[in-house]
Amino acid sequence: VTDGQGERVAAALEAAYRDERLKVLATIVRQVGGDLTLAEEAVQDAFTQAAAEWPGRGIPDRPGAWLNVTARRRAIDRIRREQTRTGRRAAAEQADQLTRLANEDRANMESLGNGVTDDRLRLLFTCCHPALSIDARLALTMRVVAGLEVPEIARAFLTTAPTVHQRIVRAKRKIEAAGIPYSVPTGDELIRRTDGVMRVVYLVFNEGHTATASDTAIRADLCAEAVRLARLLVELLPEHAECHGLLALLLLTDARRGGRVDAEGRLIALAEQDRTRWDHDMIDEGRRVLAGAVALDQPGPYQLQAAIAAAHSCAPVADETDWVSIATLYQALEQLDPSPVVRINRAIAVANADGPHAGIRLLDTLDADELAGYVAFHAARAELANRLGDQVSAAAEYERAINSSTNDAERAALRERLRR
Amino acid sequence: MSTDTNTDTHPRRHTMKYMLLLRQEPGTGPAEGTPEFDAEMSNWGALMGELGAAGALIEARGLDEESTATTLRSRGGERVITDGPFAETKESLFSYIVVEVDDLDAAIEWAAKMPNATYGSVEIRPLSVHEQ
Repeated sequence: VTDGQGERVAAALEAAYRDERLKVLATIVRQVGGDLTLAEEAVQDAFTQAAAEWPGRGIPDRPGAWLNVTARRRAIDRIRREQTRTGRRAAAEQADQLTRLANEDRANMESLGNGVTDDRLRLLFTCCHPALSIDARLALTMRVVAGLEVPEIARAFLTTAPTVHQRIVRAKRKIEAAGIPYSVPTGDELIRRTDGVMRVVYLVFNEGHTATASDTAIRADLCAEAVRLARLLVELLPEHAECHGLLALLLLTDARRGGRVDAEGRLIALAEQDRTRWDHDMIDEGRRVLAGAVALDQPGPYQLQAAIAAAHSCAPVADETDWVSIATLYQALEQLDPSPVVRINRAIAVANADGPHAGIRLLDTLDADELAGYVAFHAARAELANRLGDQVSAAAEYERAINSSTNDAERAALRERLRR
Repeated sequence: MSTDTNTDTHPRRHTMKYMLLLRQEPGTGPAEGTPEFDAEMSNWGALMGELGAAGALIEARGLDEESTATTLRSRGGERVITDGPFAETKESLFSYIVVEVDDLDAAIEWAAKMPNATYGSVEIRPLSVHEQ
């Protein structure tokens, strides 16, 4: 009986950490006046207390509410201790505010949950504020919003725990000292800043998606976290079509994970992947989410990329890919994002739809000097030269691509193509 | 979206003071004597009026050109005085404005209105909260 209880408590704690931690943290951050470190410590205290008390007193009916009230009390304790130590006046003000809020919430437990959406949005926008470096935004979002531990973040981003720790400490200090607000922007700024938040989520996913043999498992977790963050964005900003588009894109891309890498950890080209190894439930969900995005009638680059991914995933075999549609989607994407990667992919899609000559013509409009050393550019030129029967140019371009690549799996895949 | 629930319980009870450091590369921006220059001057004037009317303006001064700057370092009791600014950079500091606003986002909004933001830069530095 005791063992069963222990397992139930462990499962309840895990579920609470996964489902309630962010809500509780976001609420406490607001109530302590934006002091992220204090709020994190108080929430950690609440989970520690839960682990100590739940086995004896039982799992509360509403773990989230229990954690919320407990974290608030622990925040009050911490502020009072700090106040006694330093005699700081600002801390006294905060403690008064906290006591008032704790009383309010005890009086009306049903009000818990109101405003939680806004609190989580505030926290997300603070962690992704453009005044923080992109590395800091990534580290802070993974730590504060996703709830990952520092060593996990370090492994995922191929860096050391002290480096990640330092980034988080610096970012928190900047939030405090530079007066980065704990608020949701409005108007045009909301749109710009939402783009920034989506970029952070997309970068988290990309880190996970560029998998190599040695760290596949950790990277898969990172993709799953990115999908979770994208779901959160959809939940918090349901009227932003691009948030749905981002979620659709991540689902449709992540669904192909099982077919992307072979047993030796080598990347497999899309055309050669075993499509039965794709996650078709995830593909279906991605397509549903994309349909929901399109219904909002605000086109954008994430929706277009998701539509391209969807077009790939509904072809049962590579030969049945609808390249004409994909080429059209890339053309629309290029209007919004004329970056080299989009233009290169469009050229390949056009080559598949209309023949290699048409693709080469598009590649030739790119600045070859500027893109020298860019793997995707050399690989695309090699591929199309090969299709035209120009083996000499193809070999030279494959060599350039291999020499430019820093990823072992990618280099191996390119060597394989060079040999054929 | 409904941001009305908690927006008014603004966590930051104090305003913040920021120094906006305005820089531009010499030779960029409208040239003196052109209609564009006159238009820019009137933009600056209007912006200062706007800052004042919003109660955000603490102080604003233009700086003489960098060639007039003198930098002093005291090392081991020795004074080292050099001609010119602290560091030679492409963009030179030509003015500063101290504003008092709610938070960084508000300071960024003002910085974005500075005419030189389109061809130079505006650095936003919080004034230290510790009294010097």
